[in-house]
Amino acid sequence: MNTTISIASRPAPRHPDAGSVPWVRYGLSALALAILGLFLILPLVAVLAEAFREGWQAYLDAITDRYTRHAMLLTLITALICVPLNTLFGIAAAWCIARFQFPGRSLLTTLIDLPFSVSPVIAGLVFILIFGSQGWFGGWFTTHGFPVIFALPGIVLATLFVTLPFVARELIPLMQAQGAEQEEASIMLGASAWRMFWTITLPRIKWGLLYGVILCNARAMGEFGAVSVVSGHIRGATNTLPLHVEILYNEYQFSAAFAVATLLAGLAIVTLVLKSIIEWRQQRQWENASP
Amino acid sequence: MSQRQSMLPGFGLSLGVTVLAISLLVMIPLLALVTRSAELGLGGIWQTLADRRVMAAFRVSFSTAFAAALLNLFMGLVVAWVLVRYPLPCKRLWDSLIDLPFALPTAVAGIVLTTLYAPNGWLGRWFAEFGLQVAFTPLGITIALIFIGLPFVVRTVEPILQDLDRQQEEASTSLGASRWQTFRRVLLPPLVPALLTGFSLAFARGLGEYGSVIFIAGNMPMKSEIVPLLIVTKLEQYNYPGATVIALASLVVAFVMLLVVNGLQQWTRKRTGRE
Repeated sequence: MNTTISIASRPAPRHPDAGSVPWVRYGLSALALAILGLFLILPLVAVLAEAFREGWQAYLDAITDRYTRHAMLLTLITALICVPLNTLFGIAAAWCIARFQFPGRSLLTTLIDLPFSVSPVIAGLVFILIFGSQGWFGGWFTTHGFPVIFALPGIVLATLFVTLPFVARELIPLMQAQGAEQEEASIMLGASAWRMFWTITLPRIKWGLLYGVILCNARAMGEFGAVSVVSGHIRGATNTLPLHVEILYNEYQFSAAFAVATLLAGLAIVTLVLKSIIEWRQQRQWENASP
Repeated sequence: MSQRQSMLPGFGLSLGVTVLAISLLVMIPLLALVTRSAELGLGGIWQTLADRRVMAAFRVSFSTAFAAALLNLFMGLVVAWVLVRYPLPCKRLWDSLIDLPFALPTAVAGIVLTTLYAPNGWLGRWFAEFGLQVAFTPLGITIALIFIGLPFVVRTVEPILQDLDRQQEEASTSLGASRWQTFRRVLLPPLVPALLTGFSLAFARGLGEYGSVIFIAGNMPMKSEIVPLLIVTKLEQYNYPGATVIALASLVVAFVMLLVVNGLQQWTRKRTGRE
């Protein structure tokens, strides 16, 4: 609690080290800006420069191409399935972990974080082992007209795996810090579980929830490794936007690859902007809450 | 405590949903990895891993991920230090930009870094003047992993830096310590656990990273082939057992790494706590 308040109310304009040796300060600042410029700004600029290398018309052609549109649609569908499911999962996981004591609680918390430490390639591989042609259930699903691997279900499963922790890990610490008193009060006063959730729980976690959803969405739309393993790269069928970037690039259609890449880079920028806005709102909430 | 909490509804439902999702999506799939490898027996596993190409891939992945995490340790500390301590124009913007590598799809990072560092690229041309080729060599892999790992170190160090007690620093300076002594004796010790965490997160991510690396790596067996790519290659050759064993080995290595670093961290915390 203490730490959060001290971060929130840290006096921004007063720079305590302003009195330190100037050359150290300028040297380090220049070094930091050089690192940020080299590793963060330059790649962004280069994406734009390469995308428009052959002019506006080529850019427009590339992003309105039939296969690009199909890839966009598939990416949207995948995100539309995975983000709501993982949002529900995140809320459920945070509710039982932050509000109840039970044996195996810390183990469960560790398991939720597990997908973050698994290589995306392995995330795809495990579903091939289960649903692939040589997999445990692969034969059954395929003969019943419901192929999983090299089809949408496989892409969704792999994406669900890699995006599983995002919402839960934002909500668990937040709900633990908030405590259960208000929810207990509402139940004692006779509110139904449903009512308690909509009037007490949800309004208090909404910013943290949104934060998790945004990060989950960015990863769901941008996931490459896991989806690449299970998708089969069938153009116009199982090709998501990141995979389409790869195909175009490997076919030496560099401008087109970068044109499609600008869409994904735009998604990343929008994600960062929304994230900053939410952080700023949360900080203000803390400041208003602390006298 | 638990008595008081039990009045809240929805325990069974939420726990059920959580356990079901974790089992279906994480536990059973990872179990498949273990049982599929076990089918080969210890001899088969050993044979797969002792292959020269597999060993070379592990060597490439380890060395590049380690080098990148080490460089990120220094660069991340400098960036976090400047962002927390010094006045900087457009600080908010810089601070949100730190997360770009988390938000940018890895395929985009891969192709743009390759274009920048290719021998005729904006930066590669400059390196080429010194006879240094970056793209399509392990150096290129390291560059991609630096990009991917930088936010891990910055984001773990930043909050600790913000919470440091300034009075100790002032006391140290007023007692006659030089800036460097103050940094080494007063500032650095509390930062060590965060730095270790950032390092291990960046290292673990580097071991598994695929999308941003495969474009810039050149992917030459024995030289610039990383473990995740080798897994994909085995899959494309329908060598499922091979892919499975390599995947399991890299997973085990990653977990051992995290355990070691966790232990190390607790040890440093205890030690600095006692002093």
